[in-house]
Amino acid sequence: MENYIIDLQHLSKSFGDKKVLHDINIKVRKGEFVTLLGPSGCGKTTILRLIAGFLAPDEGKILLDGKDIVELPPYQRPLNTVFQRYALFPHLDVYDNIAFGLKLKNVPQKDIDAKVRKVLRLVNMEDYEERDVDSLSGGQQQRVAIARALVNQPKVLLLDEPLAALDLKMRKDMQIELKEMHEKLGITFIYVTHDQEEALTLSDTIVVLNEGRIQQIGTPADIYNEPVNSFVADFIGDSNILDGTMVCDRRVRFIDEEFNCVDEGFGENTPVEVVVRPEDVNIKKDIQKGLFFGTITSCTFKGVYYQLFLNTDKGYELMAHDYRKFEVGDLVGINILPENIQVMKKERTCNAFDATVLDSTHLEMLDGEFECLPTEIAPGTKVRAEVAFDKIDILDHQEEGSAAGQVYSIIYKGDHYHLTVLTDKRKHIYVNTNDVWDKRDLVGVRIEPKDIKIVEINED
Amino acid sequence: MTKKILAKAYVWVLLLLLYAPLLFIAIFSFTESRVLGNWTGFSVKLYENLFCAKMQGSSTLLSAVENTLLIAVIAAMLATILGTVAAIGIFNLKGRKRQTMNLLNSIPMVNPDIITGVSLFLLFVFLHISQGFVTVILAHVTFCTPYVVLSVMPRLSQMNPNIYEAALDLGATPAQALRKVMVPNLRPGMVSGFILSFTMSLDDFVVTFFTRGTIGLDTLSTYIYTDARKGGLTPELRPLMTLIFLIILILLIVINVRQTKTQKKKV
Repeated sequence: MENYIIDLQHLSKSFGDKKVLHDINIKVRKGEFVTLLGPSGCGKTTILRLIAGFLAPDEGKILLDGKDIVELPPYQRPLNTVFQRYALFPHLDVYDNIAFGLKLKNVPQKDIDAKVRKVLRLVNMEDYEERDVDSLSGGQQQRVAIARALVNQPKVLLLDEPLAALDLKMRKDMQIELKEMHEKLGITFIYVTHDQEEALTLSDTIVVLNEGRIQQIGTPADIYNEPVNSFVADFIGDSNILDGTMVCDRRVRFIDEEFNCVDEGFGENTPVEVVVRPEDVNIKKDIQKGLFFGTITSCTFKGVYYQLFLNTDKGYELMAHDYRKFEVGDLVGINILPENIQVMKKERTCNAFDATVLDSTHLEMLDGEFECLPTEIAPGTKVRAEVAFDKIDILDHQEEGSAAGQVYSIIYKGDHYHLTVLTDKRKHIYVNTNDVWDKRDLVGVRIEPKDIKIVEINED
Repeated sequence: MTKKILAKAYVWVLLLLLYAPLLFIAIFSFTESRVLGNWTGFSVKLYENLFCAKMQGSSTLLSAVENTLLIAVIAAMLATILGTVAAIGIFNLKGRKRQTMNLLNSIPMVNPDIITGVSLFLLFVFLHISQGFVTVILAHVTFCTPYVVLSVMPRLSQMNPNIYEAALDLGATPAQALRKVMVPNLRPGMVSGFILSFTMSLDDFVVTFFTRGTIGLDTLSTYIYTDARKGGLTPELRPLMTLIFLIILILLIVINVRQTKTQKKKV
């Protein structure tokens, strides 16, 4: 059995009737730098608060060195937290803030002095002992907050978006310092952030979360190069996410072209999603050297590289990064190497909604009433209604549709957008559309009767 | 120009009207005349009488002052503790519950004193609690607590919501976190609440009148009321009121200075 310092087993948590964590399992090795990464509301901070003890899980265990600490109050857990907005004690000066934990443990004054001085040196804040915390800059307050946690020599340091309130330059500097501190001290860090770049820079292991579920656990390189689904690919770095078909092993078709790839075991003619990172879209000035060709539609200087958008001859849009400058309208050859094509299992191929038959031509689903083609199924029967992604109309006004929702995520797939719309009761509707929507748009949902396919559920 | 002078004159007339009664009492506290309004030359005799207990019935007046202060201090202390705890509780409620509690907290403040007094009187009678010193304190705590809640609440919303958790995180038990982190940070609000409660308790007549029972407990306000009905105010009340006014004035200045200080700090 391997030794894990933190072992989260089957954690789940609800706030009211909203489930925010579903069966979370994370193992953390001693000395590891683990980052919980996800968009706001994904549950990452909740996990941290469960570990710190400010919340109790509904189900599951939190093992620290093999012992379950769920019942232990926060003040008895050998862990310390660096809070998002520092949470320094404004009535105490820097020294007393840092010494707070040590004084509670009745550490002799002589030792407190030595420890505080040592930790202040570690965070480059010597000579600040007497300062009022309100007089410090954001970065300095953050250093004091880190020092206040580290001085207690915790087994695990929990960091809740510690750099979120700092400006970009300061954030970059602090990232490097944090990384150095981690290496020097050998303390296990569990770090929460929504900044994918920060996660890639700092972590040994990244846990990607979305809507209270773990999407992927892996090293930064794994997560970047081999995302398991379109959410991870979209969230981490820039990417081209495209619908495709696995023709056979090592052969995949997307953007109406066929490519060699390195993936196997998907089966023949299976719908898949494909991720190609923009830096892996190779542009050849000589059209003949490409597998296919396209036209440059935009070229933006990004400092180290140019960000290019291309229209392929088959009408798909691709993003590319290149060190060379191209003119808009240039005809170029495009090549993608087999090992740079990441093939992912398609999570779903159509919507499947829980529905109830109301009468011969109406269904109740998605908290609304939809017209369907005449059916023989008795009213009141629970059925499954299947609707293709591109057969759902979304409308500007919520009241215009049979159901209402809010745009939750948008992924561009080369020639269309793949939207996730959430209803008030957090039911998911997946939509393919050519129209441009924004996140958090309030929309109505309409479906033509003929596009609803009713599937009876065998109730056993 | 005339506009300016008129505006200024208006303010001064207003201030004069507001403070005239106080000035009147203050001026006539420095003369010996037994009848208010007769100036019989400058003298500090009334002050002397007040402090050297050389006046008729001085013992009852002094005991009334003593009662007033004792009740005010005890009631203000209890209300401060109760109100602070309540504020923390209400602050941690969410949404509708919090709104409801805030509303329930503000109703006693707008409720007329006479209703508070009569209803407390009926309550004590109904519960067979013999009325006296304790019931007056309970009554004063009742009408002071909402003001403490109101003065502590803004401190709570200004506070970083994580500092209580930060204290727990660093090994403080909930009691230690309350004592070492919450109270020091809420102290300005608690002090304002205490001062407010203290002055309101000093000031109260109606509620005290209904809850003091029949054992002959007198506070300053009930003493003056009885005294005035017996036929004319005891002249020594003039210096006493002047002193009380001065004390309140100083307290108010202290509160204001504190407020401007914290505001400056925020900026």
